[in-house]
Amino acid sequence: MTSLALPRWLLVPAALGTLFVGLPVVAMALSVDWGSFGSLVTSDASTDALLLSLRTAAVSTMLCLLLGIPLAVVLARTSGTAATLLRSVVLVPLVIPPVVGGIALLQAFGRRGLLGSTLEVAGLQVAFSTTAVVIAQTFVAMPFLVLSLEGALRTAGTRFEEVAATLGAAPTTVFRRVTLPLALPGLVSGTILAFARCLGEFGATITFAGSLQGTTRTLPLEIYLQRESDPRAAVALSLVLVAVAVLVIGLTRARREPVGGVVS
Amino acid sequence: MRSLRTTSYAVRSPHGFRAASAVVVTAALLALAGCTSDRGAVEPLGDDPEVTTSRDLTVFAAASLQRPFEELGRIFEDAHPGVTVRFSFGGSSGLVAQLAEGAPGDVLATANEPTMADAVKDSLVAGDPKPFASNTLQVVVPADNPAGVRTLADLAKPGTQVVLCAPAVPCGAASAALEKAAGVDIRPVSEEQSVTDVLGKVRSGEADAGLVYVTDVASAGSEVTGIDVPEAAAVVNTYPIAALRDAADAGLAAEFVALVTGTEGGEVLADAGFRAP
Repeated sequence: MTSLALPRWLLVPAALGTLFVGLPVVAMALSVDWGSFGSLVTSDASTDALLLSLRTAAVSTMLCLLLGIPLAVVLARTSGTAATLLRSVVLVPLVIPPVVGGIALLQAFGRRGLLGSTLEVAGLQVAFSTTAVVIAQTFVAMPFLVLSLEGALRTAGTRFEEVAATLGAAPTTVFRRVTLPLALPGLVSGTILAFARCLGEFGATITFAGSLQGTTRTLPLEIYLQRESDPRAAVALSLVLVAVAVLVIGLTRARREPVGGVVS
Repeated sequence: MRSLRTTSYAVRSPHGFRAASAVVVTAALLALAGCTSDRGAVEPLGDDPEVTTSRDLTVFAAASLQRPFEELGRIFEDAHPGVTVRFSFGGSSGLVAQLAEGAPGDVLATANEPTMADAVKDSLVAGDPKPFASNTLQVVVPADNPAGVRTLADLAKPGTQVVLCAPAVPCGAASAALEKAAGVDIRPVSEEQSVTDVLGKVRSGEADAGLVYVTDVASAGSEVTGIDVPEAAAVVNTYPIAALRDAADAGLAAEFVALVTGTEGGEVLADAGFRAP
């Protein structure tokens, strides 16, 4: 594909934008105390937090996929007041501050919340458990997946689906063999966004789930706590979080390249 | 401004969009430069007394000091017309960390002496910190006390959901000292960032019990009940206050410190449940 000539003056604000986003991360990397980096990031508390973060973010992303894919398909293939209303509801976690999300989750799933006593009767103790972390992450991350996938589905259109249907494919077959493959790039980028959002979740988690090493204290919470006692460890751990995020994005992109070359 | 507009006319037609946009950018920069030099020219002439006497005093204070300090802030503002007292309340060690990273502040009041010692070590403080209040821990439970907690030892019972401060923050250090003094080993379900977070979790009924300062129990009113712990008398937190070295107005900062450590400050603090240091 030949690249379209860009207005040159665009490059100046674009460069400024890159600098604005990149500089803080570079500054952080420069301020790391490399001599003690190893011991800072391999302490028990740090590894517990990293493993917990990876574990919960993976589970939450799966939940986002399970609930978010059907939701995106419904949103992309319907219109009218009901669809608009549904979209507004799904997007709520995106526009409210995470702390507010945490308070809302407390009112729903907390011990004295709407469903709290029902859950407790069922033997499910959500408060202060890893489950609460997963609930908080799924809550804040799902709109990212739904939005990207819905956009991809709308762009792909329904023509191929219609052809498949007229050729005798059952709705489920059309969904599996036509709809999803066509929207794959959107699904992949939505999944990455959701995972990254889960990994970085802080406000809803600390409000709703609490903070205990190995159970609810994910990497962002550990970083926030370390700031209190050892700012050097906080900087080192922040860099680890950045590295994990970059690694995840890089890996997914690398795997996507051969298939997605035409699309992107 | 008129000359700039003329220039842009002259250049636009022969050189097209790029030249025009370059002129727009240049014009914008000149306008910005013009604004600053304009303001520079006006400021010395402006003799508005409001501008010259309105001052800010920024006080970094431990979360547990919020109620009495806000009242003292009002008293201070009444006594110093034109002065606005702004507060940053939070976990003491977090406040010291912010100051060490260059946050602008005039006065620092922490919830214990080790955190103030950190600030002194980082040369953030002007002069010697003065102790102005003390506080002890109390067991706090929701008003309906769902877990039937009566003593500190009850917090160690399995199944009781206890929330404590993380050991890294002053209330957590005090909690750990109290556990040691009383020979009780509490397994908390969560270690919170500040004492107000612990109170919040108990107040909402998420947790069955927590350890907070006596003054926090007083501030929460009828939503929670405080239970005295005899061993707490051995774990007293002393609150020090100090003017900061980088204070914008050292005199004003010293006056606020004097208010807090003086008789009037003592009365307000006592009303909030604090004891003399």
